[in-house]
Formats: sequence, structure tokens, C-alpha cells
Amino acid sequence: MEGSGGLRFWSGGPAPGELYTLPRKEGSCGPLTRTLNPMVTGTSVLGVKFDGGVIIAADMLGSYGSLARFRNISRVMKVNDTTILGASGDYADYLYLKQVLEQMVIDEELIGDGHKYSPKAIYSWLTRVLYNRRSRMNPLWNTVVIGGFYNGESFLGYIDKLGVAYQGPTIATGFGAYLAQPLMREVIEKKPLLTKDEARHLVERCMKVLYYRDARSYNRYEIATVTEHGVEIEGPLSSETNWDVAHLVSGFE
Amino acid sequence: ALPICRRNALLEAEFSDKGHTLPTARKTGTTIVGLVFKDGIVLGADTRATEGMIVADKNCSKIHYISPNIYCCGAGTAADTEMTTQLISSNLELHSLSTGRLPRVATANRMLKQMLFRYQGYIGAALVLGGFDYSGPHLYSIYPHGSTDKLPYVTMGSGSLAAMAVFEDRFKPDLEEEEAKLLVRDAIASGIYNDLGSGSNIDLCVITKNKVDYLRPHDVANKKGVRAGSYKYKKGTTGVLTEKVTKWELDVMEEIVQTMDIS
Repeated sequence: MEGSGGLRFWSGGPAPGELYTLPRKEGSCGPLTRTLNPMVTGTSVLGVKFDGGVIIAADMLGSYGSLARFRNISRVMKVNDTTILGASGDYADYLYLKQVLEQMVIDEELIGDGHKYSPKAIYSWLTRVLYNRRSRMNPLWNTVVIGGFYNGESFLGYIDKLGVAYQGPTIATGFGAYLAQPLMREVIEKKPLLTKDEARHLVERCMKVLYYRDARSYNRYEIATVTEHGVEIEGPLSSETNWDVAHLVSGFE
Repeated sequence: ALPICRRNALLEAEFSDKGHTLPTARKTGTTIVGLVFKDGIVLGADTRATEGMIVADKNCSKIHYISPNIYCCGAGTAADTEMTTQLISSNLELHSLSTGRLPRVATANRMLKQMLFRYQGYIGAALVLGGFDYSGPHLYSIYPHGSTDKLPYVTMGSGSLAAMAVFEDRFKPDLEEEEAKLLVRDAIASGIYNDLGSGSNIDLCVITKNKVDYLRPHDVANKKGVRAGSYKYKKGTTGVLTEKVTKWELDVMEEIVQTMDIS
């Protein structure tokens, strides 16, 4: 596919359809051996604990920089009947992690001793994986939210690409930390133990605000719930947006 | 852009060569908001001023007077917001005397943005300008580079996302005064509790057709704790063994009386 004489949008660059290799440093041969920049990314993930379980929500957008490239991807997964996981950051790294995690769960099933990985066990394992990857300067470029319900107790934790890990009654990654976390904290501080419906309503309110104010968000999301009855992933859902305020806006002065 | 920038750059280079860093400009961290309600404008602000990671002022006033019917919240570099609002306030008063009319918010907006644009963003003032003039209530947000937005609700500062989340969740057009004050109070509180650059108390300013309520503080959100114990030593802790009193005799040598000119 030669571009000579064909369409050239910019000089010194590739023509559409032409094979293109990224410019590399002098004397460096071979492929890239570690993650340097995220490519297809997911934005915020939210997590809320309630009485009897945990909810995790994430929109279904895979952004390619500022391009809304993949509008129907799932960023939440069921790990096993007691654990759910949501991921933001590089989508490819998340899919790799998903594959490894799913295989781990299968292998454990095959052992056949009746034991299943608890949410805390998955969390602990993943913290170590992410931290070790970062220590080898080859991170999995993700921020992960793990939720679970095990032995009558709800679990909710956050792990990022540096291996920073903490738990809490509400968790939010990315922009969610700035926009959704204040709203979630206000509810939780007034009422530490929410019902499933209250938690659901809170998450829906937060997803709406994120769609309004996060420029890399999308109005199509999934909600994963884990309770004693198991895991349920609902989607795709959409927020009811109100643009009436547009009538009050005209010009900039 | 300005000759002073070259001089500043030279000074900074000199300083860092010697291994020191120049003190950072005192910023206001800040959560500031404004909204338009049924009868006018409500402006809100927190009261924390930071110098890097230290709280320089626990109760500074971020809602500045522009004219009797116009007030302006300021975020960014504290000196810049203060001096800029004072300058425009002064010029607007002269302008008002010249026109013989109550000043308009759009005029203050135009004056502020033209100055900020002239300084190409070097004046770090991010403002929320609100007031009630002859043509009704108006609310603007003004950015350091000189762009402005005219909106029904705005937030600025490091706590702006926390405050905006509250507004996006609960704002409706034509709120009543008490509802509007509560919403603004909650938005600032969201900034105070979730943003480290904002803190202390909540100041409010309600501007309507005939009156201005400058409520400082409207809500003392963070009271200083009461000390649980006292470290003062009781009288008699140190035993007194001997006591000797020596009188110091003084003679008056010279007396000069100088009257103050109070004419």
C-alpha cells in the first residue's frame, strides 16, 4: 500500500491505510517490552457498600484519547459468586487481567476442595500483582475496584497501578473521586448502613453527575451487584438527563 | 509578555543555582460558587488561604465588594484577586458617577476580562462575579486568561468539582431564597470537606433587588477544638525560699512637653 502520489494529509507522516511504525530511539531494536502509555482507556468506576452487599458501576466507554472509540465495552466482571471487579485505565491491561483471573478461578474449581476465593483474597493477590508489576517498571495501567460479600460481610477495596490499596464504604476512581465521592460521602456519613435501593439510587445520581461533567464519560453504564444470592450484572443502563438549564444560557457575557 | 517576567525568570534562576526556592505565591486553594435564584444572586465561599501545604489564613474573606449591588468571589493567587477586584471596584465607582447610574454587572465583567486578557493569564485571578442591576440578576465566571461565561450556576477553585457535583445534583431554576442559600452552603461544605485546599468556614452573600446580605460567617463549619487539659503550673509549685525587694530610686532630670498639631 504505497502512498506516493496518493492522499497525503501531512508531510513526513503516514497516509490513511498505509502501514506505519512509530518512531523509535536510535539503536533500539525490537518491540516495546513494557507499558508506557495507556491506549484505549476507561474512566471512573464507582463502588458503594450497603447492608447485605456491594454495588459497582462503570460506564461502557473505551476512549481512544479524546475519541469515543468503543461505546459498548464492559468494564465490570464477575470473579466468582462472592466477588465482583470493575476496572478503569487501559482496557487491554484489564482484559489481560480478566483472562488471568478467570483462569485462576477455573483452576481453583478443578482442585475440587470446596474452597472458593474470598473477596479479600482476590484483593490481596491483586494488590501484590500490581505492586510487583510497578516495581519492575512494567505496570498494568489500571485502577481496580473490588467488591464482595463473604461470610455475611460486605467488602469494598481500591487498588491502583502503583499498588496503592485501601478499603472504604465508598470508592471512586479517576474523575469519580472529585465529582462522585463528595456526593457519596455526604449520604454515607449521615446513614452508615444503606439499603440496596438507597445504594442503587446514590450510584445512579453519581453516574448522572459524571456524565454531565466528565468529558470522557458516556451515558451508557452497567451496574454489578453482589449479595448473599450471588452476582447480578445489569446493563446497559442510561441516566435521565435534564438540559432545561440551556434555556437560561445565551452567549458568554 | 512583560519585562518584569524576564526579570523574575532571571531571579528565579539565580536563586535555584544557590539551591534555594523562591517562596510560592499565597493561593487561596478555595471553593467559590454562585447561583441565580428567583429574586437574585447567592454567592458562597470558603475561608481558607494556603501557602503551599500550610494554612496561611484560617478565616480570610473571599467575597469582595465591587459596588453596592455587585460582589465578586475570588480564587487563585490571593493578592491578584484582592487587587484586581479593588481596582475594578474603584474604576466602576468613578464610571458610575460619570454615568449617573447604578453600575451594571456586565460592565464589571467587561472591565475585569479586558484587564486579565491584557496580562495573558499572569494575573492568577479566577472570579465568580454576581450582582443585581437595572436589568435583573446576572452571574459570570471569569478565568485568569480573560474568558468569561454567563451561567445560572458556577463554581471555581480547587474545590470546584466537589461543589459542582452538588449543584448538578440539586440545582433547579427559580429557587426560593432559603433553598438557594442551603444549596450554596452545601456546595461550599462539599468543597471544604472533600478538597484539601479549602476549609474552615462558609461565607455567603445574598444580592437581591433592594438589599445585600453579607453573611460572614454564615456557617462555622469547623470550630477550633476545646483544649482538654491545662499545662499551667499552679501557684506554689516552685517553693519560694527567700524574698528580697529593692526599691529603684529615680529622679526626674528633664521634662519636655510637645503639643500635637490637631488643627
